[in-house]
Amino acid sequence: MSGFETYLLERTQAKDSHLLKVARGLGTYGALKKILDTPLTPKDVIEELKESGLRGRGGAGFPTGLKWSFMPDADKDTRKRYLALNADESEPGTCKDRVLMREDPHTVIEGCLIAAFAMRLDAVYIYVRGEYRVPYERLAVAIEEARTAGLVGPRILGSDFSCEIHMHKGAGAYICGEETGLMESLEGKRGHPRPKPPFPAGFGLWGQPTTVNNVETIYNAPFILERGAQWFRSMGTKKSPGNFLCGISGHVEKPGVYEIPLGMPARQILDEFAGGVWKKRALKAWIPGGSSTGFLKPDAIDTSMDHDSLKEAQSMFGTGAMIILDETASVVRSALTLMNFYEHESCGQCSQCREGTQWLAQIFQRIHDGQGRMEDIQLLEDLANGMAPGKTICALSDAAAIPTHSVIRNFKDELVEYVREGGHPDLRGKQPAVHQEVGV
Amino acid sequence: MALPDELLAELDELILNYPDRRAGLIPALHRCQEELGGWLSPEILEDCAEYFDMEPVEVYGVASFYPMFHLKPVGKHVVGVCRNVSCELRGASDITSRVCRVTGAQAPGRNSTDMRFYVEHLECQGACADAPMIVVDGVYHENLEPDDVDTILGELS
Repeated sequence: MSGFETYLLERTQAKDSHLLKVARGLGTYGALKKILDTPLTPKDVIEELKESGLRGRGGAGFPTGLKWSFMPDADKDTRKRYLALNADESEPGTCKDRVLMREDPHTVIEGCLIAAFAMRLDAVYIYVRGEYRVPYERLAVAIEEARTAGLVGPRILGSDFSCEIHMHKGAGAYICGEETGLMESLEGKRGHPRPKPPFPAGFGLWGQPTTVNNVETIYNAPFILERGAQWFRSMGTKKSPGNFLCGISGHVEKPGVYEIPLGMPARQILDEFAGGVWKKRALKAWIPGGSSTGFLKPDAIDTSMDHDSLKEAQSMFGTGAMIILDETASVVRSALTLMNFYEHESCGQCSQCREGTQWLAQIFQRIHDGQGRMEDIQLLEDLANGMAPGKTICALSDAAAIPTHSVIRNFKDELVEYVREGGHPDLRGKQPAVHQEVGV
Repeated sequence: MALPDELLAELDELILNYPDRRAGLIPALHRCQEELGGWLSPEILEDCAEYFDMEPVEVYGVASFYPMFHLKPVGKHVVGVCRNVSCELRGASDITSRVCRVTGAQAPGRNSTDMRFYVEHLECQGACADAPMIVVDGVYHENLEPDDVDTILGELS
């Protein structure tokens, strides 16, 4: 295994790492203490974050320091200011934030406090997806522990810095991981994304300045503040510094969540960390960064896992969640699964997405079932072109269009074969499947 | 108002976390569903509307948006099977078949006739590296073989 510096999973591996006593022994809250003792100004903290080059780990890869700097000047704009921590992890394939919240909630809290200090916030809301019962409980208990120890609430560690942290539970909608959908949901509404502009920094939760950050992003902040931007830049690539948590799932020997420096070739992650494609089979297809990033061919497996390299490969880094399909897998079947997912999760506001995801799902279904027509392939492409890029309020429509385009671009042979031969190999020569599932 | 006093006291506490009362709605619906029979009846939604000073239809609009809320009666135990891609690649459809067979539910989206079980398909639960998985009454069970389903469901009361 290649030697490289690690930090993201170190604390999570200690026994009882979720307890304050243990977390403090591991150095948690050291960065916050350093900021308050030095003392650093909010501007210093934002500059350090900018200098580090940290990019958001929730999917878009936006520079975190820059995002923080978008918040209006607190001296001129006296409205309340918030951080919504996006712990609504639900992009298929993505299972990393869950590990951080469950095993090391205190560093998550410390990251929130540093964000609150830097952006001069009044409160933090941690929006945890409703299904994450254990991570939610761990964070809730950790906040109380921290409050008792003077780390959350008024006059933190005896300083002038005060911050409240509240837990908030979602109820199972993928779209609430979209930052404006999340804010609507947090306000007690349907999770309908808002048109942008206005952006959250100007008009966020309850119309107040708000920043939305992903859990892993926030988790990086204490390490950067404690060890410095230059240390952070010694890992990863020039444009995508640092390490990331790579959830790797599907047809591999050792699925898991691994800490990887940005820029490591996907093949190395697959072979050295995940133990290769399972059952000694060959690779058929892979998804690099969560379901929205599309299906790539085996010849792209040497691509480096970073934002620029994956963009060149006509994909995206996304959440860094790799999904591996072996030679026996059906790309059409997996694409159908994803289209059913996007259809289910479309909030319904934009017609391109509401109708488009339904049609994509139906067409993949009939190709899968052996009732596809050759012109369906063009129809899929036309539909996907009508859905993206940038034609809707949020990117869910794009998230369905991208995998569709990738199947046509990279696995057209399989689509053609399914149309010619009568669908999925298991169904050929049989009666059409009856779908008996009923709606909930 | 038919919500029990203890629950109302809890909600009074909950809404203090927010500058706007309504933000407590979704957490409140969770608590109602947990405490009051596993699903949100029209009466409960009306009570929530009264508590949050909203129209009942608005509360219904919110509740119906979120898959974790059940708007029809569900069996004593709720069994969800993740059907998304990482789970499917590792045998989720076999797990679904086994869950239906063991519970007696005809298909996902149905209760068993004895109302002991409600079976549903779930979208990605963030357990992709431990696929396939099911969620039984809110508790994750991961890295499953079909036979594990018999054991897990067999241990329920």
